[in-house]
Amino acid sequence: MTAAAETTTRHSFSLAQYFICMKGIVWREALRFMHQRERFVSALVRPLVWLFIFAAGFRQVLGLSIIPPYETYVLYEVYITPGLIAMIQLFNGMQSSLTMVYDRETGGMRTLLVSPFPRWWLLSSKLLAGTLVSVLQAYVFLAIAWFWEIEPPPLGYLALLPALLLSGLMLGALGMLISSLIKQLENFAGVMNFVIFPMFFASSALYPLWRVRESSPLLFYVCELNPFTHATELIRFALYEQVSWISLGVVIGCTAAFLFGAILAYDPGRGFLARRNNPAG
Amino acid sequence: MKSFDPAQIPALEVDRVSHRYGARVALDAVSLTVRQSSFTVLLGLNGAGKSTLFSLITRLYAIRSGHIRIFGHDVASEPGAALSQLGVVFQSRALDIDISVRQNLMYHAALHGIGSRRADELIAQVLDRVAMTDRSLDRVGNLSIGQMRRIEIARALLHMPRLLLLDEPTVGLDIKARADILDHVRRLSTEQGIGVLWATHLIDEAKAGDDVVVLHKGTVLAQGALDDVVGQAGAGDLGGTFNRLTAAADRREVESAA
Repeated sequence: MTAAAETTTRHSFSLAQYFICMKGIVWREALRFMHQRERFVSALVRPLVWLFIFAAGFRQVLGLSIIPPYETYVLYEVYITPGLIAMIQLFNGMQSSLTMVYDRETGGMRTLLVSPFPRWWLLSSKLLAGTLVSVLQAYVFLAIAWFWEIEPPPLGYLALLPALLLSGLMLGALGMLISSLIKQLENFAGVMNFVIFPMFFASSALYPLWRVRESSPLLFYVCELNPFTHATELIRFALYEQVSWISLGVVIGCTAAFLFGAILAYDPGRGFLARRNNPAG
Repeated sequence: MKSFDPAQIPALEVDRVSHRYGARVALDAVSLTVRQSSFTVLLGLNGAGKSTLFSLITRLYAIRSGHIRIFGHDVASEPGAALSQLGVVFQSRALDIDISVRQNLMYHAALHGIGSRRADELIAQVLDRVAMTDRSLDRVGNLSIGQMRRIEIARALLHMPRLLLLDEPTVGLDIKARADILDHVRRLSTEQGIGVLWATHLIDEAKAGDDVVVLHKGTVLAQGALDDVVGQAGAGDLGGTFNRLTAAADRREVESAA
């Protein structure tokens, strides 16, 4: 009987099939993204509001000295641009996490997890898909910001790409980890308050850390330990064709840790799926 | 007993599986078998443990005691081999309503490592099978609930599984759509040789010639060919059998608690 032979051969996937699977997941995310234009627009409006209004207002209040990677005095708008790019990715990561919680409540997540591919591959593909969307958003933001005289060197745009991929993966993996901890969709407001805001404000996104140190050494250390600071600095240096090695190390380390945590959390034996109390029959 | 004749290996074998949520026992040493090409109705009220069982079979929850095998492949130790033989229609909607039927099916094909050329052929086949060929480019959101169900079934069949699970697939359907779906799936099992496990609380969805499994409060009360189960219980029909079996089980529970 051929069915039996088929049974034994079908479960080992070729490398090409792994990529078909990944491509499918990325492609679906792209389709979904195109169908949710509001999401795209709001993802852009948020940083633009910061740039056009907040930064303009703060320009006179906050004096900046020359700090690396900048070689001249820079406008406040220029200073906060990398932080706003990281913010786009932070929101995107949390948004993907929200989508995963939503998917779990509908059947979407089940469809994904019932795939015969290993779960770590499915989750990594999903993470990559979300990251690519955030990279696209970041470049569109930069294109608009260019007209606002935020003009990093041309090669900086290219050097930015790997930095964006890394920071996007880190923030996406964090979102994925958080999604496994959220029990229900309604809890998402808590993520805003307890994750997004503290991460964003206790970082180098809006003010250089040496100024933070002047006012509060403790806060300075908190900012230094915040992975979001390092995502911001990685982006900031890359945009000026430089590498912040410490930030690079921190971002890679955090990505690995968050992703590992998320994979464990979505493992049927260990994670929330096993713990979760499912009252439905 | 494990047989080595491939034609005799059950499509699904649940072997003394128990599961609890905290102190609450959801499944208590459940054993059941779905034979190849059979249409097996898993009958149980809400809360009987059907969804828990489905979550265990599909590996959403880890199996902590007992074994589940799909065509002889243990779900816990060989998930890839087991899951590739399995198609599932979940109770909750699993389709993206914003994108087209074809795009949804393409995504599903990718999740099974099927490239786009082969996927095109398979999509044409499964849509034909559920009589939805002309809706391939429609947005899923524009379909009726009955049509969505048919697409969900097409999706579950796309990678040519030999075991199909359906969790309350007729919920929310009108009488006609319900009869259509039931009819479709029954034909699948006879014509394509697919083993079907159909979970429902609607007794009239089972008919003579089906296998039935009666699940009540996490315990299997009876299983076998419908006529045998009815005969053994000494009732006139399946409805009477179900009431008799569950009432007896509830009585035993009260007595053991007292």
